[in-house]
Amino acid sequence: MQFGGQAAQIESGHLAQVLAKSLISRGPIAGIQLACTLVVMRMQPHAQFRGQPVPEGQAATAIELSDASVTFGRGDRAVPALSKTTLKIADGEFVALVGPSGCGKSTILRLVSGLVQPTGGVVIVGGREVAARAMRVGMAFQNPTMLPWMTIERNIMLPLKIVEPFRSNFRRLRKTEFRDKANTLLEQVGLKGFGSRYPWQLSGGMLQRANLCRALIHEPRMLLLDEPFGALDQFTREELWAILQNLWMTHKPTVLLVTHDLREAGFLASRICVMSARPGRILDDSHVVFARPRTVAMTFEPDFVALNQKLRAFIEDARSAAEQGTG
Amino acid sequence: MFGIDVRQKAWSAGLIVLFFVAWELFCLMTGMSDLVLPRPSQVFVTLVERFPVLWPHIVQTLATTMFGFVLGVALGVALGAIIGVSKTAYDTCYPLLIGFSSIPKVAVVPIFVLWFGSGTVPAVLTALSICFFPIVVNIATGLATTEPELEDVLKALGASKLDILWNVGLPRTMPFFFASLKVAISYAFVGAVLSETVASNRGIGNVMMTASSNFNVPLVFAGLFVLAGLGVALYVVFSLIEGQVTGWATRKNDVIAT
Repeated sequence: MQFGGQAAQIESGHLAQVLAKSLISRGPIAGIQLACTLVVMRMQPHAQFRGQPVPEGQAATAIELSDASVTFGRGDRAVPALSKTTLKIADGEFVALVGPSGCGKSTILRLVSGLVQPTGGVVIVGGREVAARAMRVGMAFQNPTMLPWMTIERNIMLPLKIVEPFRSNFRRLRKTEFRDKANTLLEQVGLKGFGSRYPWQLSGGMLQRANLCRALIHEPRMLLLDEPFGALDQFTREELWAILQNLWMTHKPTVLLVTHDLREAGFLASRICVMSARPGRILDDSHVVFARPRTVAMTFEPDFVALNQKLRAFIEDARSAAEQGTG
Repeated sequence: MFGIDVRQKAWSAGLIVLFFVAWELFCLMTGMSDLVLPRPSQVFVTLVERFPVLWPHIVQTLATTMFGFVLGVALGVALGAIIGVSKTAYDTCYPLLIGFSSIPKVAVVPIFVLWFGSGTVPAVLTALSICFFPIVVNIATGLATTEPELEDVLKALGASKLDILWNVGLPRTMPFFFASLKVAISYAFVGAVLSETVASNRGIGNVMMTASSNFNVPLVFAGLFVLAGLGVALYVVFSLIEGQVTGWATRKNDVIAT
């Protein structure tokens, strides 16, 4: 669970491997850039690379995108989804990504989770370059995708069947420790006693809460949410904001939330990044300083409304710029 | 709910009885010769009288059907899994499969006979070849409909293709699989009897062929009744198994007060 432990040390063998790979795949300049980055990192070892506690007031970097680009397809059919994005997210931060639709917000999530490889630049998650391996992050989408043949409890325990060290102990602990784990989470999202129900017995909002539990059960350091509340009605959504805020304050994972809802971003995030239209870039990056725990009432106060207006203006600009570009 | 279920069953049973009564009355009133259309009562009498003779043939047909069916299911599941997991394999294999499935199976029986001689082997092969297609299609469809979001969630956790297949793909396929089993067992039965009719000296199909060439029409109909009975029995068996294994797929309509 400790981030530093996962990061481990960058050994010289590994260093050479990463370098060679980037030289082959991205050309000499990117290789030199990466070499510099890595050498600097080795010269000034960040606390996380030594597995030591992070010094007070200086959070370790959880996610780092440097000039990361993603292009889908090749040749004439190539569609740039993300262009030269640089973004640094500290451990335990709650970052919301907002922007016009199709601007590459979800692509960033897929990059960080290791589902997509960058076609340019570097993505470093947990102190390591995102390679072909998965990052074992918790993910949740708009569609809760609970398996209909399993109880909610067993659905939530699904990641434990996949991720080590839980995987090897699954048969032994599924009826005891793991089940307790699932039920503790269910209690935290207000679904106490619903563990033995089947997904079709729950409402959309309840399923989405279960979805959050499933994303957190294996104690990931990182939670990636792609419009998790998009399909819910306004009241349920606001209820779930509070629940997600609680979960974050309890477990303190690094959260990357993609959303279209500016109030949602303002309510939940400690930092909001506004992205431009496709191919996406980060236009604005601002910290949200409202005290926690935040309440729905706060979202109607002048400061909060002003923040919303500011974000809205950015997105409007991005959209009209995109229209002019294509028109 | 229980009441409606019982009433439904009573209506079904009533219709069956009505069918036989109407048939019996029709023959009696028109003075139909039993060489053309025997009365149901005559058929039942023949069935009971000749049962000791029919029994080995019933066993033969059942055994052939089940053997072909089991082989067909094994082959169908394997091929369906391969096709369902990989989009490329799906697109590549589909035209060929459609080609095979559109060949009327009567047409391949002579070929099987040519290769393996008449008897049990062509019957098993016909049963296999006729029942395996619906299984392939259903398994492949079940696997191909796995939600992409869930696949992403699991891949982000480091799940292998096999993990996803085992935990999500195969269980999701079960309703499709059992639905296809019901169809496949009927098909296998048709295939086995078909082959027995063309080239065999055992089995219900052969009994019916022999009886018709002797103008023993009640025995032909007795054979038909046996086939219908066996077909229904096999269908029921697989429906019951389906209900046990994949109840979750049909339970969505129930309303549970929460």
